[in-house]
Amino acid sequence: MADFTSKFWEWYILIIVALSIAACFALVIWMSRGRKPGTKVETMGHVWDENLAEFNNPLPIWWLYMFYITLVFGIVYLLIYPGSGVFAGAFKWSEVGQYEQEMKVAEQKYGPLYEKFRTQDIKLVASNPEALKMGQRLFMTYCTACHGSDAGGGPGFPNLRDQDWLYGGQPETIKASIMDGRNGAMPPWGAVLGSEGLHNVSEYVMSLSGRKVNAEAAVAGKEKFQQLCVACHGADGKGNPAMGAPNLTDNVWLYGGSQGAIVKSISDGRNGRMPAHGEFLGDAKVHLLAAYIYSLSNKESKAAK
Amino acid sequence: MTHDGNPTDKPEKGEEKKENIYVPSLVEAQAEIAAKRTRVDREPEQGAPPGRVRPTGGQRVPMLAEADAALEALYARHKKVYPREVHGLFANLRVMLASLTLGIYYGLPWFNWGEGRQAFLIDLPERKFNLFAWTFWPQDLFYLAVILILSALLLFFFTAILGRVWCGFTCPQTVWTEVFLWIERKIDGDRMKQMKLAKLPWNREKIVKRTAKYGAWVLFSLWTGFTFVGFFTPIRELAVSAFSFTLSPWEAFWVFFYGFATFGNAGFMREQVCTYMCPYARFQGAMFDPNTLIISYDKVRGEPRGARGRIVDPKSQNLGHCIDCTLCVQVCPTGIDIRNGLQYQCIACVACVDVCDTVMDKMGYPRGLIRYTTENALEGKPSRILRPRVLIYGSLLGAIAAALVISVLLRIPLDVDVIRDRNTLYRETDDGLVENVYTLRILNMDNSAHAYKLTADGIEGMRMQGDAERLTIESGQVRELVVRLQADPVNLKERSSHIRFRVQAEDSANLVATEEARFLGPVIR
Repeated sequence: MADFTSKFWEWYILIIVALSIAACFALVIWMSRGRKPGTKVETMGHVWDENLAEFNNPLPIWWLYMFYITLVFGIVYLLIYPGSGVFAGAFKWSEVGQYEQEMKVAEQKYGPLYEKFRTQDIKLVASNPEALKMGQRLFMTYCTACHGSDAGGGPGFPNLRDQDWLYGGQPETIKASIMDGRNGAMPPWGAVLGSEGLHNVSEYVMSLSGRKVNAEAAVAGKEKFQQLCVACHGADGKGNPAMGAPNLTDNVWLYGGSQGAIVKSISDGRNGRMPAHGEFLGDAKVHLLAAYIYSLSNKESKAAK
Repeated sequence: MTHDGNPTDKPEKGEEKKENIYVPSLVEAQAEIAAKRTRVDREPEQGAPPGRVRPTGGQRVPMLAEADAALEALYARHKKVYPREVHGLFANLRVMLASLTLGIYYGLPWFNWGEGRQAFLIDLPERKFNLFAWTFWPQDLFYLAVILILSALLLFFFTAILGRVWCGFTCPQTVWTEVFLWIERKIDGDRMKQMKLAKLPWNREKIVKRTAKYGAWVLFSLWTGFTFVGFFTPIRELAVSAFSFTLSPWEAFWVFFYGFATFGNAGFMREQVCTYMCPYARFQGAMFDPNTLIISYDKVRGEPRGARGRIVDPKSQNLGHCIDCTLCVQVCPTGIDIRNGLQYQCIACVACVDVCDTVMDKMGYPRGLIRYTTENALEGKPSRILRPRVLIYGSLLGAIAAALVISVLLRIPLDVDVIRDRNTLYRETDDGLVENVYTLRILNMDNSAHAYKLTADGIEGMRMQGDAERLTIESGQVRELVVRLQADPVNLKERSSHIRFRVQAEDSANLVATEEARFLGPVIR
């Protein structure tokens, strides 16, 4: 019950609760003793439809008992559950405690369902329709917010259906990406390159994917590319999965393939962040997710089912 | 009224005539009447015009501290009502209706429609409702609302014409109380014996009888609770687990909960449910008008009431037709005196009419001193059945019932929900098309599997890419699938275009469901 910074409020609540219950008891007892004749009211004082009135009849006696039952219930409740300030209740119940208890029960119930796939090879799991169904549900719950319901991604969020993988498409690397997350960092080169340099490099980058470009600018851009970009994207621009540097030759553009978008990526840099899910979901669920994602771009494993 | 005078001479008068008329317990009953008597200033004829008496709670219940002149109690101790057994036209009608309604209640869950399919089953875990040939789903909850509206209108309609017939003949509270009263009579004997037994100390006879009565009530209550749960979980399986003591905790809880509710309500609460708890009891009274059929004592004919010999001409003694035998009070399940006028406690069970008619027959007077009549008829005015409120209730009832039947008959057991991906407005594909992503949930509510064809239209040249174009969905299954729609941006007229998904069963032309959705994309001007 350490929700307040000062003990004062806990006592304040306790005193108000105790006084309220005592006052209710007093009121019920007082009202059960009846009233002096002559002070009574004949009707409730309302008349509808010319002559429809209600007499002030006494309540049945069990109504009085219900008041007492309610009050006793309230006291018992406050003894069991927290509600009276400083006293935490006989069972030390708390919302967090109940959540943890329920999660433990759920873990015992559903844990084995995930657990049985955990020790299997991801490729094998990816050929199991039941596992894929579970994986899809997990994906729908945890992944669609960024990657889309069809895993097709969006601007800034990779498409998981194609063969292009920033960090590698092997089952183990997919699982590692989910478990530990990824941080992709493209540094900004705007200040270094200047506006003409940016244009030239973008022309060269586009030419790598076979797009039509200004050949003169591309040659100038290539020079800058060899100085600044090869460290990550490689001399041939095919990228480096070890650091998540994208392949620039496949015409797949994470942040948009228009020249403007490419210039912006080079000039301002990009910071892509895939959050780590290992601690949150646990190994068994991530295993299933990895299998589902692997199956999306490997149709032969789908056909195997 | 004649009630004030000197109550002491009345029992004597009654006792003299005891053998002549059918009044075995007159002394007792008149003492009871005296105790419950309405005070003179409360008599309806004082304030209201004769006959026009509203159910205003006119009866004065004896108070806890009434003997104590110093204080008036605010709570009244309950006085158990021992209704006398009654025979006659309406009693027979009530037995028939009770048998019918109870027969449906206890029998319906055992009835199967098709192989192993319970005809009436509200399957909460599966979220299905079997009703004979139909299966309803949560998506059909709309029908439940219509049925509830219809029930309310039926109540209004019948109350406007016939008064509280629902209360008197078909209300579960009345019907189950009737059964419990019957059990009570079989074990304890008639009204007099019951009252005598209640006053006895706990001797052997009382213990045996009470054990027998409560035992019979408990068994019947448990059967009731069991049947109730049988509407929600297959009753044949439930019966097996009930007799092998392997009920699941919740099944057991609800069997005992509804058993307990039956035991308490029909065994002990009885008329108090109607007088203190039931909201219908109160507002039905407000739905009466002067043309509504009510149970009424014919004051003009009956008063002044008083005991007399059978051969005596009442006029010579300045008496009306009411012989003050108080049988109408003894048979009343809510313990009121109908001769005080219409009261809110009256559940229109018509027991007083039946019993008064037998007395009138014995006395050689015409029947109907207490009868089903209207306020207008009592005043000698004509009663009309067709009145604006009846016509309005009736036409609403007919229209809604017809609409319900038609819509159930035309119901298409197929449902499709479309959920557009929220986070991405749209994507561009490598070949320059605009792509939107949707999750579709297709629910086959039919009793057999179907193959469906999924199409979408609304934008020229729109293409669908998805997991399955032709899908087979088993009966009662939901298929969730993700589809991508691709359109050429030159064909987009608006940034948000209306499109329509259409699911068509391949084997039935009528089995079609459509659902509107939005397609977002840039407009090229």
